[in-house]
Amino acid sequence: MEKALFIIFAVVSVAAALNILLQRNPLYSALSLVGTLIALSALYVMLRAQFIAAIQIVVYAGAIMVLFVFVIMLLNAPKEAPYIEKHKALRFLAIPFAGLLIAEAFYVIRLVKPIQMPASDDSAQAVGTTLSVGTKLFTDYLLPFEVTSVLILMAIVGAMVLARRGED
Amino acid sequence: MTDLLLEWTIKIAVILGALLTAVAYSVLLERRIMGFIQLRRGPNRVGPFGLLQPAADGLKLIFKEDIIPSQASKLLYVIAPTLLLIPSLMIFIVIPFGSEIVLFGRKIALQVTHFDVGLLYVLALGSVSVYGIALAGWASNNKYSLMGGLRASAQMISYELALGLSVVGVLIQSGSLDLVEIVRSQGGWNGMHWNVFVSQPLGFLVFFIAALAEANRTPFDLPEADSELVAGYHTEYSSMKFVMFQMGEYCNLIAAAGVSTTLFWGGWMGPGVETYPALSLAYFTAKVFVFVFVFIWIRFTLPRFRYDQLMRFGWRVLLPLAILNIIITATVKLLVS
Amino acid sequence: MIPLSWYLGLSALLFTIGAVGVFIKRNAITIFLCIELMLNAVNLTFVALSSYFGDMGGQLFVFIVMTVAAAEAAVGLAIIISIFRNRESLNVDEADSLKL
Repeated sequence: MEKALFIIFAVVSVAAALNILLQRNPLYSALSLVGTLIALSALYVMLRAQFIAAIQIVVYAGAIMVLFVFVIMLLNAPKEAPYIEKHKALRFLAIPFAGLLIAEAFYVIRLVKPIQMPASDDSAQAVGTTLSVGTKLFTDYLLPFEVTSVLILMAIVGAMVLARRGED
Repeated sequence: MTDLLLEWTIKIAVILGALLTAVAYSVLLERRIMGFIQLRRGPNRVGPFGLLQPAADGLKLIFKEDIIPSQASKLLYVIAPTLLLIPSLMIFIVIPFGSEIVLFGRKIALQVTHFDVGLLYVLALGSVSVYGIALAGWASNNKYSLMGGLRASAQMISYELALGLSVVGVLIQSGSLDLVEIVRSQGGWNGMHWNVFVSQPLGFLVFFIAALAEANRTPFDLPEADSELVAGYHTEYSSMKFVMFQMGEYCNLIAAAGVSTTLFWGGWMGPGVETYPALSLAYFTAKVFVFVFVFIWIRFTLPRFRYDQLMRFGWRVLLPLAILNIIITATVKLLVS
Repeated sequence: MIPLSWYLGLSALLFTIGAVGVFIKRNAITIFLCIELMLNAVNLTFVALSSYFGDMGGQLFVFIVMTVAAAEAAVGLAIIISIFRNRESLNVDEADSLKL
């Protein structure tokens, strides 16, 4: 049962990810990425990380990707040119390198020790619940959290400066 | 296990049936109230008080020709209405309709399910439903539709922030994201200890306005803005696809009413629910009905925002107010405890 | 039970697809999408390991990665908009001069 669910969501996520590359229209690519994100969120639920799964949809699918879709629609971008004009050689290099990368990854994964997932724990303190994420975030990880807020402030200022029309 | 599965299936079927009926009749309700406010009668010919009007409208729309524009992007054009409707229907599985009642010798909680991140789940579905509108606008290959889709996505990103921040006050009060827990935390004062009276009037105001914007209701109905964009994102739609957009919109409306009730107006809480659990269902329905009425009332009272006003209001008024609400709630909570 | 290596394998696959996309795509927005895909592949690894080891650290890291991704999307899309405004093209090969 669990394995079947994993396979379904894994296939959906990989198929959607491949579709990002196959589509020439950036809007279809963006929607494929939304498909991958939702499949991944389902996998997070299976890993009992409910909070991260919900945040994945709210932040990624609901905000970041809507922003992408908005920009793509706003620019009404032309479709991509059918083939790569300049660096044709890159394409022939990319495929073997991709093969190499994935072979490497699987070689490493083969060495992973088979660990059992801890038995399911229904208490509010269990790994992945809002309470445990919040407690950790505001005690042990307070500094990274605060630094992230500075980063976001910088991003807001940066985006405003960049997107503003020039004074000239 | 099979018992639980059966219980879920029955609950989902009942809620779906009740919801779709409510959606059909909220259209009629809207038209009747519009008639009343504009000093005319509204639809009153089909059946007593026009009660059969939804059925007649449905039949008419089913028999209309289903047009797909030749230059449209077909796949997206066809799935866009579903993308609006399905998320708004899915919200209702976490909304608690009442307390526990005993039926056939079995304790039945009046919600389909509840989990640790219930409120985030609601926010997530609310934010995903914008894809339906944005993609419908883009796929129709029509400049008015595209404008509608663009406006919908910009509006959604801007008001989602205020919506998300306005519920933080409630979370500080109840200490949980689970909607059932949030309702239970409002149970004091003989069932009248509602968040909106206790500490969150400002939070409720921000939430209410942002929820209006999320449901694309007047004065925030920029994505369809009949007077500027013909019919906005669904200009090209006809027949059943148009019906699905209408259903999605009213479903969002009822969802907004249900979530506002749950978070701020005590959900199913009210005087006497402890002794008569069945009363909770009536309280919940009545509160949701009042909300739907207010939404409709606002629609025929306020004019539409201009686009720049909409953006300025969202970012410069609602967002600071929501943050102010968080600061006040957190400070009070800290001082009291 | 699903073995941990399945999650890691899926993550590796997604990461590779994202990396290939960055190389073979020339549209700035699509390249950006592929970068997001790689970030997500890594997030899956973090969440999987965090759940299997029963340690919250991985999930908190995912939380921070998501905020970084949001900041990155805001700035990156602003840059893409200003490039498009100047050159009427999203092709990264055409944005090759330092002056406008």
